[in-house]
Amino acid sequence: MPEQYTTVFGSLGQYEKGGVEVINDNPKHYAFSNMFEVASGAKPYEKVAVAKNLEYVLEVIRAEGTSEWRATPHDEFALVVDGSLEIELLDPTQPLVDQDASGSVGIDGEPAGSPMGRVQAGRGHMTLLPAGKAYRFHSDGVAVVLLQTIEGPDTVFRWADICQTV
Amino acid sequence: MTMTETAPNASGYKDFSVGGFTFSRDEYFVTVTWPTGSHQMDIVQWLRCVQRDVAWEFFYGIINFDEVIGTMNHYGNVDMFAGRFNEAYRRAEVDYNENFDHDELLGCFKAMLSDWTNEGYDPFAAPMETGSAYGTSQGDNDKAVTRKRVVAERMVSVPGDEPIRSDESGFPINRAFADVHQDEPVITAEPGYEDQVCSFSLYAYLSRSDVTWNPSVVSACKESLYCPTTEEFILPVIHGNDRVEWFVQLSDEIQWDVEDRDTGAKRARVVMKAGDVAAMPADIRHQGYAPKRSMLLVWENGSPRIPEMIANGEAPVRPVDF
Ligand SMILES: [Fe+2]
Repeated sequence: MPEQYTTVFGSLGQYEKGGVEVINDNPKHYAFSNMFEVASGAKPYEKVAVAKNLEYVLEVIRAEGTSEWRATPHDEFALVVDGSLEIELLDPTQPLVDQDASGSVGIDGEPAGSPMGRVQAGRGHMTLLPAGKAYRFHSDGVAVVLLQTIEGPDTVFRWADICQTV
Repeated sequence: MTMTETAPNASGYKDFSVGGFTFSRDEYFVTVTWPTGSHQMDIVQWLRCVQRDVAWEFFYGIINFDEVIGTMNHYGNVDMFAGRFNEAYRRAEVDYNENFDHDELLGCFKAMLSDWTNEGYDPFAAPMETGSAYGTSQGDNDKAVTRKRVVAERMVSVPGDEPIRSDESGFPINRAFADVHQDEPVITAEPGYEDQVCSFSLYAYLSRSDVTWNPSVVSACKESLYCPTTEEFILPVIHGNDRVEWFVQLSDEIQWDVEDRDTGAKRARVVMKAGDVAAMPADIRHQGYAPKRSMLLVWENGSPRIPEMIANGEAPVRPVDF
């Protein structure tokens, strides 16, 4: 039989979840969740932590409609794991966030600055959100983003809701 | 202390010695000896392990080649051990541990890998994609065993950083990822911002990986490192953590055997499917099984302070408490 493979990525509409089969342990020690399940139960642009290592986090974001502008003091990276997403980047006239801060902050209204450009990203595309700049997301449908960042003021933790407990 | 090597034996392979350890290979096996014992392993399994240890420069924590032999990274120096994480060896007090300068043990492993890998065999490849490692010495595959591990400074595709992969750069799409879309994001940069508006297809990039079980850095948020890797067949090493490590299963499925790091007692099996996220605690060791080549995002905190923080009780052994 010739080799033929189907690569399974999963999506909001169709995903299967694995799990922890305990032999001598507590499943909570593995903080097992699923990005699509978390996005299914999230509000638009809520930043739900699915992984945490000291100050660093990975957040799942349900991108639906247009987000607020956010300013980040350090590089962040947005990986689209479902749907399509437009990312607008802006170079602010005045610093919008303390450069020693952690995580991005929301900005009221339209910040003053120069447009840097935009990225139209689909599934599997990873985009740099550069330090000291601002960004805004838009999705006509629903997209799911995994954000590599540092815990910030808007990071939401709800481990007991999203993780396997028994 | 220096490495020594002998003239080729009857099978055409040199013996290598470093400190109290001696390594020799024949047509099928490696034989390791140390002052209190000896051990044999399938040469395929051995070469696949040594290849990862070399490419990762001993990685994070413990790299068990099997239930007896392995290395433990102290970041600058490294332990090589026999039976150290095996309860029976410990109880019988025949376990052995020796500390080496990082470059010294690495140099020995590199020389061994070069001499013991035959033409046509690639220790990084999945078994179905490569020739045989067995038999008498025949040529070499230095081109394969000296591949550089990708370490992006900021992100793959950023000008001046690691480039994306293409047919032209020698990275064809892997047979198991023939159906993965190759479209790249559409980037519109304003004049003067061309080097700051950056995006690339991580999935297309991974579909063109020519190695298995070899986490490589594609993005860095300070010490937070995305180390995705493509996995097929078995993770050759049993990785013992010295810090919490996270997995995001980007495609397909991997099943993990999880054991106590120090004794090897079974603790859990973790079945990960596309979209699943799971942590591995800092006190376990694990080995993964991938029936079809899959994309796994290994997420590491590369801070050199972590092992000491864990030892001092300042860093959690478990990822989160809830
Ligand atoms: Fe690991």
